[in-house]
Amino acid sequence: MSVLVYTENQGGRFRKHIFELVSYASETAKMLNSTVTALSTGKVDESELMKLGNYGANRIISVENSLPSGFDNRAYSYVVSEVARKTGATVIILSDNHSGKAIAPGLSVRLKAAVGSGVSRLPVSTEPFVVCKRVFSGNAFAHVVLKTPVRIITLARNSFSCIESAGNPAVERMEIPVDGTLVRTTVREVIPQSGRIQLTDADIVVSGGRGMKAPGNWAPLLELAEGLGAATACSRPVSDEGWRPHEEHAGQTGRIIAPNLYIAVGISGATQHLAGVSSSKYIVAINTDRDAPIFEAAQYGIVGDAMKVLPKLTEAIKKR
Amino acid sequence: MKILVCISNVPDTTTKIRFTGENTSFDSSGVQWVINPWDELSLTRALELRDDPASGVKSVTVIHSGPASAEPTIRKALAIGADDAVRIDSPSGDAYSVAAGIAEVVRSEQYDIILCGVESSDYNGSMVGGMLAEFLEIPSVSGISELNVEGGNVTITRETDEGKEIVSVPLPFAGVVQKGIAKEPRIAAMRGIMMARSKQIRIYESGPEESLTGIKSFEKPPARDACKFIDADNPEQLIDLLQNEAKVI
Repeated sequence: MSVLVYTENQGGRFRKHIFELVSYASETAKMLNSTVTALSTGKVDESELMKLGNYGANRIISVENSLPSGFDNRAYSYVVSEVARKTGATVIILSDNHSGKAIAPGLSVRLKAAVGSGVSRLPVSTEPFVVCKRVFSGNAFAHVVLKTPVRIITLARNSFSCIESAGNPAVERMEIPVDGTLVRTTVREVIPQSGRIQLTDADIVVSGGRGMKAPGNWAPLLELAEGLGAATACSRPVSDEGWRPHEEHAGQTGRIIAPNLYIAVGISGATQHLAGVSSSKYIVAINTDRDAPIFEAAQYGIVGDAMKVLPKLTEAIKKR
Repeated sequence: MKILVCISNVPDTTTKIRFTGENTSFDSSGVQWVINPWDELSLTRALELRDDPASGVKSVTVIHSGPASAEPTIRKALAIGADDAVRIDSPSGDAYSVAAGIAEVVRSEQYDIILCGVESSDYNGSMVGGMLAEFLEIPSVSGISELNVEGGNVTITRETDEGKEIVSVPLPFAGVVQKGIAKEPRIAAMRGIMMARSKQIRIYESGPEESLTGIKSFEKPPARDACKFIDADNPEQLIDLLQNEAKVI
């Protein structure tokens, strides 16, 4: 019996949310009187792998060569399922990001394991195994019983903090041969996101709505974002109008985000928008309309014209 | 070439979410039910492909797994333009049981492209598409924001956490689609609504697998503190509060 956590790397490095994921796995393992095995795929240096031990990984398995460099849902599911079998994992934890969501379903079918996806806190109980997940687009949480002997959890982003704990692991290399017929996705071209901060990864997000009035008015918003080291987002009408790229759309049908700080500028706060951002720890609203619903969701508000308020905020940030 | 679009029946996105039975079940009284927004976008893209002779797509079928009460939503998909509809007659199940049921239908009817929305706006699972692919042992691609089909060749843009990738995949495959796949959901025209009335929804028996999960209870998120207003002429005060009170910058 052990807890297996899939620790994905980006160019040979682990991002902060992977350490959060390992911390979560470690706390879950404590509830089960169990240990944590971290699984890394692709090439990662030993010194980087050992960092997983600082957050409680007791064992690190590195599968370097058997997987295609381009991501393939079923091939990756297969490798994780094989390592789960070999290590006798009873709980498998992945991030609720692109690859986690792509791996978990195949894993579930291979192992006949129940999935709790978008889980936002530690298991509520272990007998029965109950997890708490976001439902109705953040308007509620559900306590879900995972009824199978092996359970899969995908952990929602920014829902758990890093906890340091010495796992004293050793790194083991493992070969998992992957049948070529399983690899069917061919990557033709990779278009990395330009230098900007990833929206789903960001601690701070500055977001603009229709109240910004015109695409030419975005400069003060971008300057504030830069001053704060924040990612930028927008509401649906803004991306629909083509004022901003649709990748920036935060909301029910766009990106669901949960930063520590979400600054909504000229956004009225329609239900569909709030569904995508309501898990943010703090929401700041800047809007000319005192009655806009965004102020009901916000902890801090400024009733005023964004064009005047934003430059003053940026200036105050610079003076800090 | 045939496309199958999986549709969920979800509460309208403006629904006030309430629970009954001491928070053990969703209160559906007075709720308007709609096609899950992402499924509606994937249906729209499927219809665009069908209407383009170069794609080679000849028909679009929609499938829903659930009780007969969902039929108005399935009819809406027909009214928007789907050629054909299937309902798997089963009580609402989890992603595993739904995917197993849909896989059975695909085995007997042979589809080339199976599309699922990235998640349903009710239980936010995002699992059905990938499970379906694994049950059928066909490739799956997730995070699809563009889907092009020309003469049987599929080109996909998928969005990962690092950016975008252009990928290709052989047929048949299951795709999980998200925002970007279609600009606006297609709206039913009067002619479509009339035609949908006379179309038959084909019924399949419940799938072979039971749910692996069960919902025990619900809870509402904790209420937020009332908004603290800061004078628009002194926005610097906000920075001070964010730094020293909220400690988020």
